[in-house]
Amino acid sequence: MELPAQTFQVTRADLVRYAGASGDFNPIHWSDRVATKVGLPGVIAHGMFTMALVGRAVTEWAGSPDAVVEYGVRFTRPVVVPDDDQGTEIEVTARVREVTEDGLTRLEVTATCLGEKVLSQARATIRTAR
Amino acid sequence: MPLDPSFVGRTYPPTAPYQVGREKIREFASAIGATDPAHHDPEAARALGHPDVVAPPTFPVIVTMAASSQIIEDPALGVDYSRLVHGDQRFAYTRPVVAGDELVCTNTIEDVSTRGGHGFLTTRTDVSTVGGEPVVAVWARYVIRGEA
Repeated sequence: MELPAQTFQVTRADLVRYAGASGDFNPIHWSDRVATKVGLPGVIAHGMFTMALVGRAVTEWAGSPDAVVEYGVRFTRPVVVPDDDQGTEIEVTARVREVTEDGLTRLEVTATCLGEKVLSQARATIRTAR
Repeated sequence: MPLDPSFVGRTYPPTAPYQVGREKIREFASAIGATDPAHHDPEAARALGHPDVVAPPTFPVIVTMAASSQIIEDPALGVDYSRLVHGDQRFAYTRPVVAGDELVCTNTIEDVSTRGGHGFLTTRTDVSTVGGEPVVAVWARYVIRGEA
């Protein structure tokens, strides 16, 4: 079963806000000068910001903010965020892999940016019976 | 310099307690656009059976990333921070983090290896309350890029 796709817009302002809220001030997430110096095409989103947005999608599908039992991802491709008002978009979809007898649902999650997968092995287990 | 595989299995002393504040959860939830009332309104959280506002699933990384400096900055292990790339992240929750929690992290090195000139480091952080109640186990895998 496929779950309805969710799309998240990501702008530079979002990265600055996430840096402040999370305490991750690595300059590759706000300075083009530093990002390009280490070989990136430009400022990239924090991997953990992408993971947080995908986590929002997961809790949305679960129908409750406290229903996530397990959640893991591999960061495979950076999300480049241009310095304009639109930024970029991350699209998140998921497929139900398994529903267990004890009320757990295992999801296989896909997150893409500009048509390319930015995560692999993205899996979440949610509690569906309360 | 390759990472020393003898560090596998090493556990570090528990970190100083992190006090989870209601406003920090609200700030983090707002920063990721999480609008569910349970992240913001204590009454909504109580209706779900929690003592105070509920943190979004990736919130614990605030606590564990700070705690992991114990490993990443351990001079004996010798990680070159400027070459460190976050590879994987995983959380296994006993329960969600809520405002009012005082959290202690215990770091363990689960794996150290070198392949194709790159170093790989897997850490496990057991996050529990100061009273010893387990809350969430957090794994991170880092790649230390080799010098090309």
